Amino acid sequence: MDQFLQQLVNGISLGSIYALIALGYTMVYGIIKLINFAHGDIYMIGAYIGFAVTTYAKLGFVPALIISMVLCAILGIIIEKVAYKPLRNSSRIAVLITAIGMSLLLEYIMMFFVGAGVRSFPKVLSDSLFYISNITIKMQQIYIVITTVVLMVILQFIVNKTKIGKAMRAVSTDKDAAQLMGIKVDNTISFTFAIGSALAGAAGVLVGIYYNSIDPLMGMMPGLKAFVAAVFGGIGNIPGAMIGGLVIGLLETFVSGYGNSMYRDAAVFAFLIIILIIKPSGLLGKNTKEKV
Amino acid sequence: MRKSVIKMIAVILILSMLVGCGNKGSNTGNENEIRIGLNYELSGNVASYGQQSVDGIMMAFDEINANGGINGKQIVPVKIDNKSEAGEATSVATRLMTQENVVACLGPATSGDFMATIPVAMQNSIPVISSSATADYGVTVDNNGKVNDFVFRTCYTDAFQGVTLANFAINNLNATKAVIIQDNSSDYGKGLGENFTKTFKEAGGEIVALEGYVAKDKDFNAILTNIKGEDFDVIFIPGYYEEAGLIIKQARDLDIDAPILGADGFGAPELTTLAGAENLTNVYFSNHYSSLGEDPQVTEFVQAFKGKYNGNEPSAFNALGYDLGYFIADAIERADSTDPLKIKDALKATKDFDGVTGNVTVGDDHNAVKSAFVVELENGVQVSSVQVDPQ
Repeated sequence: MDQFLQQLVNGISLGSIYALIALGYTMVYGIIKLINFAHGDIYMIGAYIGFAVTTYAKLGFVPALIISMVLCAILGIIIEKVAYKPLRNSSRIAVLITAIGMSLLLEYIMMFFVGAGVRSFPKVLSDSLFYISNITIKMQQIYIVITTVVLMVILQFIVNKTKIGKAMRAVSTDKDAAQLMGIKVDNTISFTFAIGSALAGAAGVLVGIYYNSIDPLMGMMPGLKAFVAAVFGGIGNIPGAMIGGLVIGLLETFVSGYGNSMYRDAAVFAFLIIILIIKPSGLLGKNTKEKV
Repeated sequence: MRKSVIKMIAVILILSMLVGCGNKGSNTGNENEIRIGLNYELSGNVASYGQQSVDGIMMAFDEINANGGINGKQIVPVKIDNKSEAGEATSVATRLMTQENVVACLGPATSGDFMATIPVAMQNSIPVISSSATADYGVTVDNNGKVNDFVFRTCYTDAFQGVTLANFAINNLNATKAVIIQDNSSDYGKGLGENFTKTFKEAGGEIVALEGYVAKDKDFNAILTNIKGEDFDVIFIPGYYEEAGLIIKQARDLDIDAPILGADGFGAPELTTLAGAENLTNVYFSNHYSSLGEDPQVTEFVQAFKGKYNGNEPSAFNALGYDLGYFIADAIERADSTDPLKIKDALKATKDFDGVTGNVTVGDDHNAVKSAFVVELENGVQVSSVQVDPQ
């Protein structure tokens, strides 16, 4: 039982990170129907920004998190303006391939500047441990879960209660109609990229601090898994991405913990295939018919 | 009109390619120098091993050149990065052998990359030597049991390391139950795991759990929580520092205090930054060299190295690289020629080459016969070492 609860703690902290990354995927998909494969790499750049801020500027956790989120948001907007906006009326496959190209570009630009080796974060969060009966909980795990929950509450607030959130929902429902109602579609799309990228940046900093190891290719695997999480939750659906992230985190942890650690990644992607067969629209996704 | 322009461009491009080919082999060098290729991991995920080896080699070459070179000829190292990729290692080897006209190639540092250069070496009849490719199969001896004539190494094999570590766990740590967490994405991790298991079981030990991970994994909490419930005396991690550092940190965070055992993949300064110095206590790993020895040759090397590289303590890879530099120079000197075939014969005949990592004799299978050291870490610092000789 203790072991089960311990694995639950491990799974939730891992899942929170996937959920943060999955949100960016799902928001961008919701608004312009683009699977933004460069998203995992924005997460990686967020980790490096956090690394630079804590190592060279010697700032603490909260400033590092905020600076990383702001810079990632700007980066997200730039990527959208430079790479995706000119292709807005092209076929979806063209934009998708551009996204993959963008992903590789970011990875290898970083590799050129910072080298391919791993770097480790300075200790900015207490790594003290505490115990609830026999379960070990790290202070950092609490920080991860709290940060994730806070960011998600803020996100829900922005999407559901603010004017820009209303604009985002309008654009995602019908872009042309929204434009006719006087909504600035371009600004709304940029804003969506900014929020999604900021969340990825936050996830990057959290991972850097928690695992103490970052490298230019760190975004690949988590990016793919967050994508699976977004699909599982119903791509385009924000609460779905949160649930999806947690489910993938728990799935991975329990496969390594009770099954065989070698089948962990295989299990995640097998899960993706099963979802796509059984419920292609995902857990909370709406089943819309493609109009011809 | 347009079509003809495209045709013209195509013709020009093809011609320029041919001209490019014609330039091949322009780097013949002159008679008074010896060109030696360095094909190393200077970037990529095992860049640390490559960079450290190169630092050691360059130090040896600088010393040799300052003392008049080899038989009056200066060594010219030709250093190219293989990005820690096997495919890149092959093309670097090809370039060194066909365009740079080297007499021998040193490196790469890891077995996988080194193996990728073997076909090129055999094809061009130019010797390749690695100071740290420890894989058991497919290096100096091919899968049919035939010795690869032009392939040498100056280190022991994983089989020897695995056996040494298993014996160390039983005899020095009094362990009877072991957990193995191995890197399943490399031959290195799997080979070590197999040999350890075999010896450990033969000596009456028991492998309580065998867990696996792949390169670039960051979260080991699930595996570690799983083994925490088991009863064991030692954890063996056959893998590289990048993941091993994180496993050690996460294990200690989960209050797993058992001794942790590793192989030469632990031998990088990054292990300390990734795991945190305070977590590196009760950690043991087999190494090619120990700076704790009293041997005057070793202390002299440590002093000179610190002088050259900002007071840094030489690592095992530095020491292996340094020995490799002298090892190839020794062979070229005995061959008294820059003919790769003669150098190969001289390498083959090496006996009791005295280096800082111990005596090297090249065996019939082109493997080095030499001793291993098992080093103990306390708060990230090496505190003791035990020498284990080959049987």
